[in-house]
Amino acid sequence: MPDLRELYQDVILEHSKAPRNYRELGAANRRAEGFNPLCGDRYTVYVDLDGDAIRDIAFQGSGCAISKASASLMTQSVKGKTQAEVEELFGEFHKIVTGEAPASNGKVPAVGKLSVFAGVSAYPVRVKCATLAWHTLRAALAGEHESVSTE
Amino acid sequence: MTVAAKHQALDVTTAQAPLGAYDPQKIRANFPILFQQVNGKPLVYLDNAATTQKPRAVIDAITRYYEADNANIHRGVHYLSQHATQRYENSRETVRRFLNAAEPSEIVFVRGATEGINLIAQTLGRTRVRAGDEVLITAMEHHSNIVPWQILCEEKGAMLRVAPINDAGELILDEFARLLGPRTKIVAVPHVSNALGTINPLRQMVELAHRHNAVVVVDGAQAVPHLAVDVRALDCDFYVFSGHKLYGPTGIGVLYGKSALLNAMPPYQGGGDMILSVTFEKTTYNKIPHKFEAGTPDVSGVIGLAAAINYVNELGLDRIEAHERDLLRQATESLSTIPGIRLIGTAKEKASVLSFVMDGIHPHDIGTILDQEGIAIRTGHHCAQPVMERFGIPATARASFAFYNTREEVNALIKGIDRVREVFA
Repeated sequence: MPDLRELYQDVILEHSKAPRNYRELGAANRRAEGFNPLCGDRYTVYVDLDGDAIRDIAFQGSGCAISKASASLMTQSVKGKTQAEVEELFGEFHKIVTGEAPASNGKVPAVGKLSVFAGVSAYPVRVKCATLAWHTLRAALAGEHESVSTE
Repeated sequence: MTVAAKHQALDVTTAQAPLGAYDPQKIRANFPILFQQVNGKPLVYLDNAATTQKPRAVIDAITRYYEADNANIHRGVHYLSQHATQRYENSRETVRRFLNAAEPSEIVFVRGATEGINLIAQTLGRTRVRAGDEVLITAMEHHSNIVPWQILCEEKGAMLRVAPINDAGELILDEFARLLGPRTKIVAVPHVSNALGTINPLRQMVELAHRHNAVVVVDGAQAVPHLAVDVRALDCDFYVFSGHKLYGPTGIGVLYGKSALLNAMPPYQGGGDMILSVTFEKTTYNKIPHKFEAGTPDVSGVIGLAAAINYVNELGLDRIEAHERDLLRQATESLSTIPGIRLIGTAKEKASVLSFVMDGIHPHDIGTILDQEGIAIRTGHHCAQPVMERFGIPATARASFAFYNTREEVNALIKGIDRVREVFA
């Protein structure tokens, strides 16, 4: 039986209670909305894209502890990154939450804190919670105006 | 057996199992699935509003059908086909009695409540509703009683009106009455709300709607497992429900309709069994209910559903109702004492559903943590997003009870919620 504490790590609980960059971003030139129709999670991700790099990023919305903490930690880890770097980071993050990569895999240094989501891999239905903000960010970067959905 | 003898037999049964001796443990023994461990804990299944578990009687009826009776129906001269046809049609009679419909031909087998509502919208709806007309629903609908009417209204240029609910999750009857008018062609309402548990004052609603000659469609999916339904006493025009929420198999459901309406409606799907004769120039449709049952139906599902109804009848809906009300009261009282919990849906008349939210803890997280304790509840919007919006919440956690649930399981739920608070402390 997976240990609940592996899923609900202190960092995750702390970020879900006090999410960082949780605001509307007036200077945003990209934004997208993300939904998880299964559980009603809903986030808006705002990006201020400077050329190819993320100058600033923020988010708002509601959802479970996993999705909110993931959005919060994501905004911290992608600030200043180029779109290609975001894609790479998302690839690594996805491997971590699906259990395809060990959490300690340090190939991309920026994964760092994101490894707290390794516990998600024991709860397959929660992978969508952990990746919702990321999908939303990628839609915003791609300039897709339609909202994205995990389904 | 004479009437007197029948009464005597009934008395004996009553003496052996009086109301007070309702024993969920004995009932549980009939449900093989309940005896398993989930995450190392005994399964506590409290997601009965999503689907119910199946008694051995239902599982065996389906197995026996395939082992001994399987044949296509309504078309064979051979023994097995006639036998299967008879069992299928006997099941229709079982459903008729269950709903107290006037005729077995008023019972149409469909895939579930959803298909039943879509059938009505696409047949009666398309002939009855015109541009400028209105369809009235309530603010407590499941999506399955919203979207089919939206599709219809969009096609016809008609308007979908919504009768509001109060903070307890009860229909505001005055507002409902006010929204009825000469343009109201169809009124589609739930008997019991899936997200809130509210039992609607159906008899009054039907009477109000009929004053304006509106046809009343009732979504009974959440009602039939919990309370006795008499469609003639209610005087509703249509009543739909799903077998799987009534301890029967998935993929089978019932549409009841008054015969005059069913007769006047165009067919839903075309195909075999729904015709009397076919030429390339003209097809003559079969009479009801066959007109609405194109193609080979889910015969095993129908037989499984009849077995489920027989099982429920044996337990007695009055005893089921009493036991479930007891569980709901116990759970409501216990939950109300926990700080930070808010019940969603506090109607005076409620059935078996306990929706709640917790301060600072998302229902999805509640669901995952309870699952670790072996407790199955539903979390999310329950296919009733407008209800969530009405209460200003994204989702709820919902425990829903069945006749096989016990007081010990309610205690397990309360302990599980303590664990949720511990994790998020």
